[in-house]
Amino acid sequence: MKVPRQKNQNNPAHKNVKSEQENTNESQKKKVKRYFELDKPDSKTDTKTDEVKVYNVKVTPRILWNQKQKDQKRQFLKNEYGNTFSQRKQKKKYPGKAPIDPKRLEKHSRGEGLQGIGVRNPIHKLKLQKKEKLYQKALEQAARSEILLTEDQGYVELEDEDSNTRAINQQIIARNIDIAAATKIFELNLDFGPYRAKYSRNGRYLLLGSKKGHLASFDWVTKKLNFEINVMESIHDISWLHIETMVAAAQKDWLYIYDNTGTELHCVKTISKVLKMEFLPYHFLLASVNEYGFLSWLDISIGEIAGECNSRAGRPKAMTHNPYNATLCLGDSKGVVSLWAPTVKEPLAKILCHKTPVSAISVDNRGLYMATSGVDRSIKIWDIRNLDGPLQHYKVWSPPVDLDFSQKDMLAVGFNETVEIYSNCCTQTVSKPYLRHKMAKTVNNFKFCPFEDVLGIGTDRGFTSIIVPGSGEPNFDALESNPFQTKKQRKEAEVKALLEKIPAELITLNPFEVTEVDVPTMKDIIDSKKKLLHVKPKKVDMTPRRKNKGQTHIARKKIIKDAARRDHIEKLKAASALYEKDEQKEKPVRKQSFGVLDRFVSNPTKSKK
Amino acid sequence: MSNVKIKVISRNPEDYLRATKRDIQKIPRNYDPSLHPLEAPREYVRALNAVKLERVFAKPFIGCLDGHRDGVSTMAKHPSQLAVLASGAFDGEVRIWDLTVRKCTRNFVAHEGWVRALCYNPDGKHFMSVGDDKTIKTWKAEAVTEEDEEPTNTLLSMSVVSGITHHRNKPIFATCGEQCQLWENTRNEPIKVFKWGVDSLHHVSFNQVEYNLLASCASDRSIILYDCRESGPLRKVVLELRSNALSWNPMEAFIFTVANEDYNLYTFDVRRLKEPVAIHMDHTSAVIDVDYAPTGREFVAGSYDKTIRIFQNDKGHSRDVYHTKRMQRLTCVKWSLDNKYVMSGSDEMNIRMWKARASEKLGVLKPRERQALNYAEALKEKFATHPQVKRIARHRHVPKHILNAQKELRTIREKTKRKEANRRAHSKKGTIPVVSEKKRHVVKEDE
Repeated sequence: MKVPRQKNQNNPAHKNVKSEQENTNESQKKKVKRYFELDKPDSKTDTKTDEVKVYNVKVTPRILWNQKQKDQKRQFLKNEYGNTFSQRKQKKKYPGKAPIDPKRLEKHSRGEGLQGIGVRNPIHKLKLQKKEKLYQKALEQAARSEILLTEDQGYVELEDEDSNTRAINQQIIARNIDIAAATKIFELNLDFGPYRAKYSRNGRYLLLGSKKGHLASFDWVTKKLNFEINVMESIHDISWLHIETMVAAAQKDWLYIYDNTGTELHCVKTISKVLKMEFLPYHFLLASVNEYGFLSWLDISIGEIAGECNSRAGRPKAMTHNPYNATLCLGDSKGVVSLWAPTVKEPLAKILCHKTPVSAISVDNRGLYMATSGVDRSIKIWDIRNLDGPLQHYKVWSPPVDLDFSQKDMLAVGFNETVEIYSNCCTQTVSKPYLRHKMAKTVNNFKFCPFEDVLGIGTDRGFTSIIVPGSGEPNFDALESNPFQTKKQRKEAEVKALLEKIPAELITLNPFEVTEVDVPTMKDIIDSKKKLLHVKPKKVDMTPRRKNKGQTHIARKKIIKDAARRDHIEKLKAASALYEKDEQKEKPVRKQSFGVLDRFVSNPTKSKK
Repeated sequence: MSNVKIKVISRNPEDYLRATKRDIQKIPRNYDPSLHPLEAPREYVRALNAVKLERVFAKPFIGCLDGHRDGVSTMAKHPSQLAVLASGAFDGEVRIWDLTVRKCTRNFVAHEGWVRALCYNPDGKHFMSVGDDKTIKTWKAEAVTEEDEEPTNTLLSMSVVSGITHHRNKPIFATCGEQCQLWENTRNEPIKVFKWGVDSLHHVSFNQVEYNLLASCASDRSIILYDCRESGPLRKVVLELRSNALSWNPMEAFIFTVANEDYNLYTFDVRRLKEPVAIHMDHTSAVIDVDYAPTGREFVAGSYDKTIRIFQNDKGHSRDVYHTKRMQRLTCVKWSLDNKYVMSGSDEMNIRMWKARASEKLGVLKPRERQALNYAEALKEKFATHPQVKRIARHRHVPKHILNAQKELRTIREKTKRKEANRRAHSKKGTIPVVSEKKRHVVKEDE
């Protein structure tokens, strides 16, 4: 190892190596040697004088320290990597916060922020940039907090890659999971005909309603019954309201609301002959469609109808709501799916999905995909935000009865006596189902249980609960919906939810519309001007202030009316000028020229003649 | 199918339920946006609720200090004790108040006629009062024995004294009357006299940051600036009507605000008196007094229209307005030094205490409460420009006489605007120039 020269200051040998002049001085000094001077070997110093170069470096403590550090590093590298590794690549001891997975950031992102482009005022720009930084920080914090989540998503792993998860049935699943989870596979044999089943929002309670009037609600985890009644009428659909103490049942004629002991709370006669129901929890709206295609939204917090309209689509075939923006998706017998909001009388959008009647619709949790199925044995996946698609088009072996998306975007498809679950079927085309469950019963409807890996199937002879690993969200947010909610928490949550009830007018296709800047588009401005053409002139109703002053009553009136008319005509002229300008623009200015062959190009105006 | 590995969600209730009844409930959170749908409309509703609650809780009146036997003419804050306030009345009585218990601790007749002004020494051990009897009296701030009740020092001025203010750190104070006089505590004669051809000055105030600077309001509609090191006054600016009171911004040494007779307040920059930095409108009668918050971001103004208004220093209109049925013409206002309260003295013998932020909760806030309030504050800010939110946040109930006066003023303002526009439209181009609102109110600036 080389020893740097600056370090040798303290070396006694080095002290002697200075310059020839000094050497001579020293030799002179030796003649008058004093008693305390030590004897030094002269020969050693003399031989080395020529070899060693002398640097006049003033050694400061900092240089010494730097040198020490360098030495240590070199030593370390030599030991670790055998002197080949460059110093730059060496890692810091404490590199700061761990980098965040970009996928996680993407998941929590609310879209790209403002860059401050177009903001002229520097103060405003600075404010915006500061705010943007805060948003970024919040985003990072949210992404980082994922490390605190306690539960993991379910899965199925096979040892040999070739074999298929489709072959795994419920017995195999039950054998391979813990006992507590295995109790979630169960079957209820009930006598009152085809059953519909729905889970409460926190996934703890189950509501069953049968065609023959059997209505029951129970905690399906502990199997504790809340109530069980027979309403002695047909039940077409059932729904939980905002808490698990209230349920709605669409019976033969009217809509009824029961509490958790089975007591009838309300009979809503303004809504009749309901076929399908959906509850919008954040708006407190019970949306329903009756057998004539009338849609109505009942505000259950105040008991008033928030909106109703005729869908003009006839008897509804399927209905669901989009949890992303709370619009209703209604499928009709012509294969059209229309999206509805309570305060708009026309559909917000219409999609022709199938050439045959729509048999089922389901929208995924994030409002990205909509799955529809037709009687022609096809299932299509649509991008519901862009109303684009179909992203995927599947042909299945039998017409699907029902569809349902799970929280983790697995799609359950029900056939006559079979339920198939497809995973990851929206962005890519899958050929085989993830799981398949066959029963000796006809499937009526099914729902994925929120926050559980469970699919509940209502059949013609009862209810079946099966396990679908990886379908449910493992980590719930207790302030949103908590499966382990206590009574007190439920009460508090109810009050909070009521305070934050979103008004029905805010249901739009884009739920973020309320935070956007409302700027009238150029099209709106032009349209409003064009409308002037079809407006009648304002009626002038005037009585003169002072009678008999100068001209007569009638003449003065005429003058004023004429003035108003003239004013209106001026406006019309301006509007029509605008209109003409538009028309001129629309005309194709130049046609493609073919030279001599132009005579063969058909002229639409001539040909008409 | 033996070699298969399956995992399903299986929660142990013990992990999610509290162990004992004394324990707190477990609240696992998951911030995944897909579990929190409809974020924007929910936030909007929350913002709407927050702004409604703010108006519901807006109860600014805290209490009233009664005891004076005539209208309160002036008040002074103690420089170091938050709970102490001195007030003088039109009958010459001075009272010292303990604000925490809302009681008068001491009262005595200080002058014959009005107590024109009061001011504490910077050390807070003495305070001075000036009255109609041309005397400047120094009193002990705390009276233990009976001797302490007597003034420690009485100065006789040759002319009427109407205002007093103390230097930040030197034993110098300034009074105003016919002229502005500088006194030293130990001497009987003023050490300096500033004159600028004015018959009377009615308010004087030392700058507490740039402490050699002082300003006074004169009856000839002017505001005069002095430097106590120089022999003559520095500059003066003349407004359309006279200014009643002046307050220096405690954070920006070069900014002051005057309360004017023409219903407005004007914020000036001493470096550029040609036009005000901001005009604060909203009062419907002459503004009598003004006082800055210690943050320098807000100030309070009391007016002859029986209301107190709180302004932000850079905004043209008031943030809040306080009034009660019983409160008459305001004579003096003060903003407490902890930035939480506002004191007002009025004609009908009462001193009132108000909260500086009307809906603020007094007392200790628990962490969750504070968090909730911060969240509400952020939401209000986010949705501040939404028409519904804006409408609720802006709405203030004012007495009918104010409402009518506002209406009248609006029509007057519209009328003048319209008239000017008409004159401009019908005369030769350039003969009627457009004068900005800021320039309109300043008559001239002298040096």
